Amino acid sequence: MLFESQRTDGALLLRLRGSWRIANVAEIERALREIGGERESRFEIDCSGLEALDLSAAWLLEKRLAELRTEGAQVQFVGTVPGHLSFIRELIERGPEPVEPAPPGRRNWHDVIAWLGRISISRLRETMSAIAFLGRMAVTALRSMRSLQHLRFASITRHIYETGIQAIPIVALIAFLISVIVAYLGAQQLRQFGAEIFTVDLVAIAVLREMGVLLTAIIVAGRSGSAFAAEIGVMRLNDEVDALQSMGVDHFEVLVLPRIIGLIIALPLLTILADAMGLAGGALLSALLLDISLTQFIDRVQDALAPTTFWAGLVKAPVFAALIAMVGCYRGLQVRSSSRELGRLTTIAVVQSIFLVIFADAVFAVIFVELDF
Amino acid sequence: MHMHEPSAQGGPALRSPRPAPARAGHEPVISVRGVVNRFGKQVVHDGVDLDIYRGEVLGIVGGSGSGKSVLLRTMLGLHRPTAGQVFIEGKDITQMSEAELLDVKRRYGVTFQHGALFSSLTVAENIQLPIREYFPASSEALEQLTELRLRMVGLPLDAGTKLPSQLSGGMVKRAALARALALDPTLLFLDEPTAGLDPISAAAFDDLLVYLQRALNLTVAMITHDLDTIVKTCDRVAVLVDRKIVVDTLDGIMSNDHPWIREYFHGARARAVPRAGEKR
Repeated sequence: MLFESQRTDGALLLRLRGSWRIANVAEIERALREIGGERESRFEIDCSGLEALDLSAAWLLEKRLAELRTEGAQVQFVGTVPGHLSFIRELIERGPEPVEPAPPGRRNWHDVIAWLGRISISRLRETMSAIAFLGRMAVTALRSMRSLQHLRFASITRHIYETGIQAIPIVALIAFLISVIVAYLGAQQLRQFGAEIFTVDLVAIAVLREMGVLLTAIIVAGRSGSAFAAEIGVMRLNDEVDALQSMGVDHFEVLVLPRIIGLIIALPLLTILADAMGLAGGALLSALLLDISLTQFIDRVQDALAPTTFWAGLVKAPVFAALIAMVGCYRGLQVRSSSRELGRLTTIAVVQSIFLVIFADAVFAVIFVELDF
Repeated sequence: MHMHEPSAQGGPALRSPRPAPARAGHEPVISVRGVVNRFGKQVVHDGVDLDIYRGEVLGIVGGSGSGKSVLLRTMLGLHRPTAGQVFIEGKDITQMSEAELLDVKRRYGVTFQHGALFSSLTVAENIQLPIREYFPASSEALEQLTELRLRMVGLPLDAGTKLPSQLSGGMVKRAALARALALDPTLLFLDEPTAGLDPISAAAFDDLLVYLQRALNLTVAMITHDLDTIVKTCDRVAVLVDRKIVVDTLDGIMSNDHPWIREYFHGARARAVPRAGEKR
């Protein structure tokens, strides 16, 4: 027990005992709840038996006593008042009045409309800032085309290296594995019709038209889209973007455009690599599983492909690249003031760029069908 | 080079308007003995001895790269020195197991240079985190204790609901102090508590520190570059020079003739110190 109570004439005498420290906070809370248990009009507190009283415990005690006072009881200390309690009195006198927490008001239709309004306005703002970003980028790009010295070749090459060359191993491996999987599944199903040879058609068309470019774009979105957002976001947090602007350097020209151009160059090249690796995977599996030799495979591929098949895949790559790079840079530039935002916006950049890539792919599919491409 | 034994009797009488810290029985809270810190070939500390007594404020100064932060991290048990011992309340923390060290860590509070508030938590959650981590307090008690800390450091009570990124520089420092005080420590380590504040906020922070230190009889060790802070708050000053430490009262340090110390306390930027001294 942290206190014992004793009834004297007209008052309840509480002798506090033991160790009142934050380490015993659970016991202290229990004791404090008991203090108010008996309705009493006068309390006397005796602190002489205390082993220890730290500031936290003193505060909790004082809060409880204040509650008793507001309920109309008289609270007095007998003997010496511990130093912490007088410090607390001083704090309360000096400090601001406690803010009453806003009452949990009833939700009504006002709130719903206000919520809708807030959402609409924030979406509208978002759209406007995205359009502003596009516009600004277009202007910067046009200016760079007029005079080539606005193009930062050094930084474009760096981005080609980082987003393209460094991505070669992972892109090659994944393209290879996926085409092996497609070929394997295809061979299994087509064997039922005795049409194994069409596995080659399946692999060649799937890889060249869709899989090669789509997989590459998704890997690059995860690798480089996030890197763009994080790099530019960190620069914002360090005020580096402001520093650039204060030197009169256009940050779109230095930060955004080289990344977009770099990725537009790198992604098609990676796609060609992915196509080659995909065909290699198909060839390997055909040789192992279907007894189709390499020469047969090549002949068959040439028969299967229309002249446009390869281009139908490759033409999408620069578009995907532009989408990924723009989303990454745009989200990076949105970072303001806190590292928490950096993480959030980097995630958003990756998710959105993957979504946009797949959406654009669907649009391309429809267009190609209409064009009979 | 002079190695001053920590003077036990406090400064000369003119040193401070504050009551001389109670140093009953010369009881040091922290004793650093012969600490050597070496990183590769670079020797940062070569035999550092330092005593911090109960109820005093000790300022630690030194040039950039002189190892102030390393010394602080050594005293906090975050860094094991290459050689030497660190005693906190008589126990050598360099020999402790993780569990024993945890018990020591619970008794001191630390603020870091940039506040180190957890950016994904509100100020209130930041303050509650150490309490939640150790003790089974109800959410009601947690709220009350948060109010206490906010009042102690002079923050408005609605600051608790804000995220660190929504606070001004001065408020971040105060919130960090509130979190450092969460477990009622008697020992406080501060790393550059007034760095990056305007003079008015810095002075207000100094006042707050002195107020809390006196009211709660805290022992404070702080790294600082702010001469005004040293004059206003510190009982003694420890200067890290030439990989060793010189400890004395401010007046003692001011009359030290080591060239770096003279430059530091009498250089062009230190002109404010004698003036502040006259006012006392």
